[in-house]
Amino acid sequence: MLNVYDILETIRMIQDECLDIRTITMGISLLDCIDTDIDKACDKVYDKIVRKAERLVPVGQQIEKEYGIPIINKRISVTPIAMLAAACPGSNPVKFAKALQRAADTCGVNFIGGYSALVHKGFSAGDIELIRSIPEALDVTDNICSSVNIGSTKSGINMDAVKLMGQIVKESAERTADRDCIGPAKLVVFCNAPEDNPFMAGAFHGVGEPDCEINVGVSGPGVVRSALSKYPDASIDEVADIIKKTAFKITRMGQLVGARASEELGVPFGIVDLSLAPTPAVGDSVAHILEEIGLETCGTHGTTAALALLNDAVKKGGVMASSHVGGLSGAFIPVSEDAGMIDAAVKGVLSLEKLEAMTAVCSVGLDMIAVPGDIAPETISAIIADEAAIGMVNTKTTAVRLIPAIGKKEGDTLEFGGLLGSGPVMSVKSSSAAKFINRGGRIPAPMHSLKN
Amino acid sequence: MKAVITVIGKDTVGILHKVSGICAEYNANVVEVTQSVMQDMFAMIMLVDISAISKDFSEMVDRMTSLGEELGLSIHTMHEDIFNSMHSI
Repeated sequence: MLNVYDILETIRMIQDECLDIRTITMGISLLDCIDTDIDKACDKVYDKIVRKAERLVPVGQQIEKEYGIPIINKRISVTPIAMLAAACPGSNPVKFAKALQRAADTCGVNFIGGYSALVHKGFSAGDIELIRSIPEALDVTDNICSSVNIGSTKSGINMDAVKLMGQIVKESAERTADRDCIGPAKLVVFCNAPEDNPFMAGAFHGVGEPDCEINVGVSGPGVVRSALSKYPDASIDEVADIIKKTAFKITRMGQLVGARASEELGVPFGIVDLSLAPTPAVGDSVAHILEEIGLETCGTHGTTAALALLNDAVKKGGVMASSHVGGLSGAFIPVSEDAGMIDAAVKGVLSLEKLEAMTAVCSVGLDMIAVPGDIAPETISAIIADEAAIGMVNTKTTAVRLIPAIGKKEGDTLEFGGLLGSGPVMSVKSSSAAKFINRGGRIPAPMHSLKN
Repeated sequence: MKAVITVIGKDTVGILHKVSGICAEYNANVVEVTQSVMQDMFAMIMLVDISAISKDFSEMVDRMTSLGEELGLSIHTMHEDIFNSMHSI
């Protein structure tokens, strides 16, 4: 039975606490679009995406209206394009990016993710060409996202790919320097990349997934913070309990919307990604939850422990609320997309080193961090290697999305606007790791016994 | 299939009349109404049966929203499933 209190609570969450469905992402396999003629392959890619996703946006809007809950993004993820590029050697893979952009425009989706390559153990045909074309692809398109998986717990870290990605991130920033270096904001370097992630920029449709499916990502940091604010004197056990209960409610919403979208579109429902995804909007910050738990400023001592508690409670609450869970599932800590993180970084309390420690206990990794424009590619590679090592050893997904702010230095700001927010340029160490990075090769996979 | 209509705002003459008028127009049967006026604030929650509505539900949602804007009230019309799934196991 419905009761008045429950009804008003739901409405308050949506109206005042920024509760929303962050994304409905349709995963589409492009394996049946492979062709040795790249133009034919591009036509097949365009046709298949438009055929499968033409009703995605209208159905999303209809569900929004029916349930009164905003669905911020409607997105598509596709098979890593490197697999299609492998069939047409000698052609420029950017043609695929342009075909994806045309499909995004036709379907009206916010992003298509999957301009990707999986090279954690080594490069196969198409991988190098695709990776080298990423800066151009992100420059000439607006709504295409790219990701590269350079390591995994089972295979170790491909240090040749790590070296290459340092150069690619830098080049991508240089090519888009006139647009606040937006290029690398659409590029994620992963270790242990999930194959069913609905969140950008790292979404791609893994080869083990069905032909087409719907994945949903929820959000709601504001709801968690507000729930905690009512119990300022609660013990940590109670704090964990409040977060679990709130995460359950948020995730149920995702489950409902995903099930409904899958029914309307006639496409199987994949997973709910149990995430607290912040936006730069007031009251939609993960950093502010940590501060509500008791930190004066996010990034100070105690942040890692508070985040570990938050991340674990979100998963425990969310798991029971949904039939299948996947993706990145946890709390996101993108600096430029979170008002509290931005403030903490500007104050100098939140540093790159602390963020790295935080990524050991929460989902994703070093996300949306602006670094000085004169950063050496080897330094970017070294940051990627550090982060991948955390993911590899701890059997978790980690990622790096750094934005070299070309022409800017520590203390300046990059303005992306919209959900990407604004990023204060953070300091990096000037001491070089070039010799380590230039060695090349592969870091062996870690051992799974003798855990210490 | 039911929907929940909530109306919150400053009390004026005829709010219930106008909201239920739209329900009648769409053949949505009012099942339950809870209403209270505290000082001059009006709060109403209405449960309506939408299984036999004459037109598209999303059109009715739009009508209610624009009525809210017209009267300076906040009117939300939402499918009951969202409350059921969020608050019951």
